[in-house]
Amino acid sequence: MKPRKFAYIRPDTVDEAVAVLGEYGDDARILAGGQSLMAMLNLRLVEAAALIDIARIPELDTIRVAGDKVEIGAAVVQNRLLAWPDLKSRLPLLGALLPFVGHFQTRNRGTVCGSIAHADPSSEIPLSLAMLGGEVVLRSLRGTRVLAASDFQRGVLTTAREPDELVAAVRFPVAPSRHRVAFREVARRHGDFAIIAVAAMVEDAGAVRLGVGGMTGAPAIRRIEMNGGTAARDAIETLAWDLEGFEDIHASARLRRDILRRIGPVVIEEACRCAA
Amino acid sequence: MKKYHVSTTINGEPVEFLCEPQQTLLDVLRDTLNLTGSKEGCASGDCGACTVIVDGRMVCSCLMLGVEAEGRTVTTVEGIATGDTLHPVQQKFLEHAALQCGFCTPGFIVAAKALLDENPNPTEEEARYWLAGNLCRCTGYDKIIRAVLDAASEMRREAAE
Ligand code: FES
Ligand code: FES
Repeated sequence: MKPRKFAYIRPDTVDEAVAVLGEYGDDARILAGGQSLMAMLNLRLVEAAALIDIARIPELDTIRVAGDKVEIGAAVVQNRLLAWPDLKSRLPLLGALLPFVGHFQTRNRGTVCGSIAHADPSSEIPLSLAMLGGEVVLRSLRGTRVLAASDFQRGVLTTAREPDELVAAVRFPVAPSRHRVAFREVARRHGDFAIIAVAAMVEDAGAVRLGVGGMTGAPAIRRIEMNGGTAARDAIETLAWDLEGFEDIHASARLRRDILRRIGPVVIEEACRCAA
Repeated sequence: MKKYHVSTTINGEPVEFLCEPQQTLLDVLRDTLNLTGSKEGCASGDCGACTVIVDGRMVCSCLMLGVEAEGRTVTTVEGIATGDTLHPVQQKFLEHAALQCGFCTPGFIVAAKALLDENPNPTEEEARYWLAGNLCRCTGYDKIIRAVLDAASEMRREAAE
């Protein structure tokens, strides 16, 4: 038995959950799928006085199309979204990148919102939310706040969530059908955290939106003009120096830049080919 | 610390146990219920040696709390065979010598069973992708994949009869 002792609370509604969270604040952790949290507790990288289990709250276990957005509740596991029949047509970027998230075992419990709340710099789901310009819905006793993805993720494992706030849902804008996407990542083995993850989306005839995970604390999103010739390659060269990259046990900053230089143009080309 | 009373179904039998909140399902299986088939390799979701099936979906029991099993149906490697008759996946692991030290084997057996329940006719690539969450430090995976694909064709043959 590895984690330190903690209390376990299983509220039945969101109102109850935010009330308990309001009481404990920083001392509590939200448990949804637990696929990052449990590992960190087992390794004693985090400690908590209480875990608040929201996985069985029915109002959080929903995928809802609302206007031009798809809202995904905090209890929706990644494999459920992957099996959602409308995924490919409405959220093609998630269709392309969800198969790279963890393994079958972890996707069966890991949630979409949990991944975003955890804010690992190289994880794929926060990258997709940033690429699509999505939103995070936060609930607390004080009310509801909606933050843009770019305002939510502040850096490595750091977000704008206040201690009494629950990430209740995330909203992904539905891609117009002309938005074609491509995604690639380099990892030591399939399902590991990406060293570098790159997504591209054709915005209009002359430009591509490029998203890079694993180079900086939060996903980096850039618009790249496609003026023919070496424009895309040059833009990625500049971007690689701009973002710099960081060093950890998996890769040096230089290797990160090199991977970006190699797969960046490939991903852009793949997205453009889809679009043609 | 308060103990929780948890009611589950494990390998077809109703099972009740008491556990503290911080005990993982794997701890409960191994230490409380003496179901020591599931192994702990990493406790962080990387190795798959602790794989069990919960409500029809395979999960890492090291990343799930015992209390979270309330009302759930759990299948462990101990529940895969039918009496003395091995499951085709188990039989094929023996025939293909798909194990050396055997530490990873329970996790692979459970994961492979979950695969074949969902997809009776996987390609090699699909089998490798499905089993990507299970690590083996001995076999080099090749024999494992052969055993799983052979078990799949055996099961299809049986189903057709
Ligand atoms: S012990 Fe659970 S994945 Fe390794
Ligand atoms: S047989 Fe030894 S780890 Fe797989």
